[in-house]
Amino acid sequence: MSVLPVLLRKEFRQIFRNKSILTISLAAPIMQFIVLPLAANYEFKNIDLAVVDNDRSDLSRQMIDRITGSGYFRLVDHSASYAQAYALIESDEADLILQIPSGFERDLVREGREKVFVAVNAINGLKAGVGGAYLTAIIAGFNRSVVLDLMPTAAPAGIAVTSSGLFNPRWNYQIALIPGILAILVTMIGGMLSALNIVKEKETGTIEQINVTPIRKRDFILAKLIPFWLLANVVFTIGLVVAYLIYGIVPQGSLLLLYGFIGVYLLAVLGFGLLVSTYCTTQQQAVFVIFFFLMIFILMGGLFTPLDSMPDWARTATRFNPLTHMIEVMRLVILKASTFRDILPNLLAVAAMAVVLNVWAVLNYRKTS
Amino acid sequence: MELAIEATDLSKWYGKEKILAVDHVSLAVKPGEIFGLIGPDGAGKTSIFRMLTTLLLPNTGTARVNGFDVVKDYLEIRDRVGYMPGRFSLYQDLTVEENLGFFATVFNTTIEENYHLIKDIYVQLEPFKKRYAGKLSGGMKQKLALCCALIHRPEVLFLDEPTTGVDPVSRKEFWEMLARLKQHGITILVATPYMDEATRCDRIALIQEGRILQVDTPAAITAAYPDRLFQVKGGSMSATLRALNKLDGIIRCYGSGEFAHVAVPATATHMEQRIKDHLLAQGLTDVVVRPAIPTIEDVFIKFTLEKKA
Repeated sequence: MSVLPVLLRKEFRQIFRNKSILTISLAAPIMQFIVLPLAANYEFKNIDLAVVDNDRSDLSRQMIDRITGSGYFRLVDHSASYAQAYALIESDEADLILQIPSGFERDLVREGREKVFVAVNAINGLKAGVGGAYLTAIIAGFNRSVVLDLMPTAAPAGIAVTSSGLFNPRWNYQIALIPGILAILVTMIGGMLSALNIVKEKETGTIEQINVTPIRKRDFILAKLIPFWLLANVVFTIGLVVAYLIYGIVPQGSLLLLYGFIGVYLLAVLGFGLLVSTYCTTQQQAVFVIFFFLMIFILMGGLFTPLDSMPDWARTATRFNPLTHMIEVMRLVILKASTFRDILPNLLAVAAMAVVLNVWAVLNYRKTS
Repeated sequence: MELAIEATDLSKWYGKEKILAVDHVSLAVKPGEIFGLIGPDGAGKTSIFRMLTTLLLPNTGTARVNGFDVVKDYLEIRDRVGYMPGRFSLYQDLTVEENLGFFATVFNTTIEENYHLIKDIYVQLEPFKKRYAGKLSGGMKQKLALCCALIHRPEVLFLDEPTTGVDPVSRKEFWEMLARLKQHGITILVATPYMDEATRCDRIALIQEGRILQVDTPAAITAAYPDRLFQVKGGSMSATLRALNKLDGIIRCYGSGEFAHVAVPATATHMEQRIKDHLLAQGLTDVVVRPAIPTIEDVFIKFTLEKKA
């Protein structure tokens, strides 16, 4: 008779008795979904703008109205000089300076061209980039309408670009964020809890008691991995339901494909947890080690910083980050309805990681016992 | 008859410095006896236990438990031995009943099947059977650990410092339980740092710094004490010992409880009177000197002091 069912029953008993594990597993997806997408938002509003209008003409006033009317900018000051506006940047009251030269209207009407100057406080790189881009886009739009107004007959020949956000038509940042949060949740539950659970047996000495029984290592390890494999799947399911209820996100692709990929991905994550647990003797060590790796996984995972903006070496490194693949697949399947063929490279990469991590962990587990 | 435990030339060292924890130890434990490993902390008792219970690989030597080699036949041994580590290591978040049931099932047996073995102990635990193991008192934890180590009816029971941190009454009860287990034919190897528990064993091995000093019955070991021993009292212990150290013709003196123990050569005569006179001459009052029967502790101190010299 295999002792696996006995061990599994014991594990589940302990997990269900541990109130903090249950609470966090159930509350985490809900909390993260409610708080994170609403708080973490790249759609900047209320960008503080200081305008130095040296022209004070109708046209310059129209342009400023257009900018403030966009809803993204808050006009904090009509500064008399650039130096005055610069002081506002220094005191952090303004993020952007728009300087309109004197003779703006005259030159634009007479010569059909004029320059305005935009200065951006680039300390917060994202806000600066996004704010600068918004401003440029609004001014460009204003430019087109002015040209049409002034020279209705001479419509400019040129390339006009219109764009459309595929799979996320309203460019909703939340929709892009949620599959990634799901991926991180599953990773945390799978990797962290399994490692802590095994290390706890070491720390309290219960593993000694287990080791003098006829329980095989294989059964012991399986009994540790299976519950967290299931738990992570449950948490993922809760996450999907919450994503639907709050944001109306319905996976566009096949659910079977989604769960299939997660099944394999979890093997890699659990293998990682197991590996950490073979090197650590206390839960404190395990927490630090896992936290260290999770930070790297998350920061290099392509959720908060686009992979495409990374240097080549970093992009290569992200191929060895299981979370990168998970986030990619979540986005592909949930938002883009990608098929098995599309995610096959990710699947193979994650499967390879699962094999390497688990073999390494089991070999190391043997050595230390 | 085959030996229950047979260790030959067993050694274990740790780390890069090869710190020797067990130094070429040989042991022979007969079936059905209570065998005590008596020694201070750090003597290597736990390392010997861990090698015999297949948790640790020896660096040199071999050992057999009920005829099975601890390295080659480790799975056979794990089926047949019970081990109670020095530290409480049952699941604190499982109840008394669940812990016991778990270890019974793991060994493919049930609580009912071997209930007769643990009955005496378990009746005391029964009122708390729904309580988490982590919430039990120290003595109750020991009892539960013993039950869990016994539930699969082991042929050999390994108890590593089972009474450390347990109150004197519980300690006494514990040894009475071991005596009853012996009647079931279970061989018991027990490690303890308490010298007074040694007399409860059939045979003992005195162990120090990884080496076995002597193996025999407790009675034979104390009987072989070569010196004559007196217990002495007079004023404070430190004053007594200071005075005794100035006296010629004694081998060693040390504090032991409320008395100082003085060992003198077996051939010396009139020592009782000489010690008394000497202490009075040193200005001590209320001097008591009387012959003492050597205990295991005295034997141990003799080894320790001889080693230092």
